[in-house]
Amino acid sequence: MSALLSVGAITVLFDGLTAISDVSFDVQQGELLGLIGPNGAGKTTMLRVITGVVRPTTGTVLLDGGSLDGLPTHLRIRRGLALSQQMVTPFRGMSLLDNVALAAGADKTASPVKALFHLRRERELETGRRLLSRLGIEPQANESPEIQPMGTLKRLELARALALAPRLLLLDEPLAGLNSKEARLLADTITEINRSGTTIILIEHNLGEVLRVCHRLVVLDNGEKIADGEPATVMNNAAVRAAYLGPGAAAQTGEQHAAA
Amino acid sequence: MEYEISLVTTMAISVLFALSLNLITGFCGQISLGHAAFLGVGAYTSGMLTKAGVPFLLTLPLAMLLAGALGVVVGLASLRVRADFLAITTMGVGFLFVGVVRQQEVLGAEMGISAIPDTGMSKAVFMLFAVALAAAAGLLSSYVRRCWMGRVFAAIAEDEDTVRVLGIDVPRFKLTAFALGTALAGLAGGLYAQQLKFIAPDSFGFIESITVLSMVVVGGIGSVIGVTVSAAVLSVLPSWFQVIGDYKLLVYGGLLFLMMRFSPGGMAALVARIFHPDRWAAK
Repeated sequence: MSALLSVGAITVLFDGLTAISDVSFDVQQGELLGLIGPNGAGKTTMLRVITGVVRPTTGTVLLDGGSLDGLPTHLRIRRGLALSQQMVTPFRGMSLLDNVALAAGADKTASPVKALFHLRRERELETGRRLLSRLGIEPQANESPEIQPMGTLKRLELARALALAPRLLLLDEPLAGLNSKEARLLADTITEINRSGTTIILIEHNLGEVLRVCHRLVVLDNGEKIADGEPATVMNNAAVRAAYLGPGAAAQTGEQHAAA
Repeated sequence: MEYEISLVTTMAISVLFALSLNLITGFCGQISLGHAAFLGVGAYTSGMLTKAGVPFLLTLPLAMLLAGALGVVVGLASLRVRADFLAITTMGVGFLFVGVVRQQEVLGAEMGISAIPDTGMSKAVFMLFAVALAAAAGLLSSYVRRCWMGRVFAAIAEDEDTVRVLGIDVPRFKLTAFALGTALAGLAGGLYAQQLKFIAPDSFGFIESITVLSMVVVGGIGSVIGVTVSAAVLSVLPSWFQVIGDYKLLVYGGLLFLMMRFSPGGMAALVARIFHPDRWAAK
C-alpha cells in the first residue's frame, strides 16, 4: 500500500494559541481511517488544513505525492478531495437531486466559459439519482431540502460529496444527530463506499461505530497526536484512555475543552 | 406617434439596463448600489466617440468593453467583501464615478455632453434597434439561467463557501457575472446617450442606481420575465405621473423597501404564489 494522503508536521496557531501541534500521519490507498479525539482536539481544524480553508503555520500536505500547499480549496477538490461537512449545507433553493447533480457536473463547471456553453445535464441527473438511491433517499429526489429530517440531510451531504467522484473522502461527523439505528445504517453505507474503492477519513464521536468500521485510528488530543494504529491497540493505549475516560485527568481536560 | 416611439425606446433601454443588473444581483446574488455608474461609462464612451466621428454602431462594443472592464475591477471588491459591505463598496463606486466625471473638463464636467450626433437611424428604427437589443438580453438571460453557469450562479447566491467545496472557482464565476452585467449596462448606456443626445453626471447617480435596483427587486430577483415587466412599467411611470419624477428616490426607495419587507421574491413570487400555491419552488 502507498500513502494517498500524507500530512507532515502540521502546526496551526490561532492568535498565538496552538490549535494543532506538529501532527503527522499518512492515509493509505483504500483505507478507512478514523480521526478521533475529544471536543476541541483539533480534528476539524486538521480537516480544514487538508481542504485548504485553514492555512497551517508550518507543515505540508501531500496528495498522492503532489503537494497541496498554497492551493485554494476548489483546486484541492479538483485534485480528488471531497468533503461532507458536520453542519449540513444543502442549497435550499434546489431539490435534493439538483444539489447532487450540481456536484456531479464538475467537468462542466471547471470554468465559466465551459459552464456557459453547456446546457444539458442528463448524465449528471442520472449520476444524482444513482447516488440518492445508493443512500436510500431517492424517493425525496425532487423535494426541497428545507422539509427533510436531519437523517436525510446527512445522507444528501454525503451523496453530494460522492458526486465529485473523490479519491479521498473527508467525513466530518456524518453520524452526529442521527439515532443509533440511522447511525448504524449510515456507517454501513460508509463501509460499502470504502469497499468500492474510495479512501476515507472519518471524524466521528460515535466511538461504537468508529471501532466497528475503521481500519486504523489517529487520535488527537489538545492539538497533539497521541496515538496512531489498529483500533483495538489504540483504545488500550493509556494516553487515549486518559483523554477519553481517565478519572481526574479526563474530567479536567473535559473542562478545559468546554472552556475553549 | 413621436411620443409613443420615445416611450417604447425608454422602456427598452430600461429593460436592458435592469436585465444587466439582474445578471449580477439576481442570478449571482451580488448586490450593487452603484450600477448606474456603468450605464454612465457606456453613455460617455459612446457619446464621446460618436462626437469624435466614430460610427454609432461601432461605439457600442467599445462602450461594453470599457464598462465590462471596469465592472471586473469592481467585481474584484466582491471577492474580498460580502453582502452589506459590497453594498457600501458599490455605492462608493457610484459616487466616485459621478465625482470624477464632474471634475473632468474633457467629459464636459457639470455641463455634460450635448449635441451628440445622429446615428442615421430614424427614431422608429432606433426604437426597433433598442427593442431588439433588450429582447436579445432577455434571451441571453434566460439561456444563462438554464445553462450550467446559471446553476453555479444560483448556488453562489445561496452559499458560496459550499460552492467552493464542490471544486468550483467562485471568484472567476463572480467576476464573469460582473463582466457580463456591467458590459450590458454599458450597452444600455450607449443607447441612452443616443436617445437623449445629452448626458450629464447626475443622470448616473445614486437615484438611478436605486431606481434600477428597485426594478429588479419589484420584478423578482432573478426572474427574467418579472424584471422585464417591472422595468418596462416603472420606467414610464415618471413620464405619466409628474409626481413620481419629482420624488423618484422616495417612490423607488419606498417600493424597494416594501418589496423586501413583504415579498422578497418580488412580483414574480407573488404571481407564482397565486398560481402554484403548492409548489415549494414558488416560495
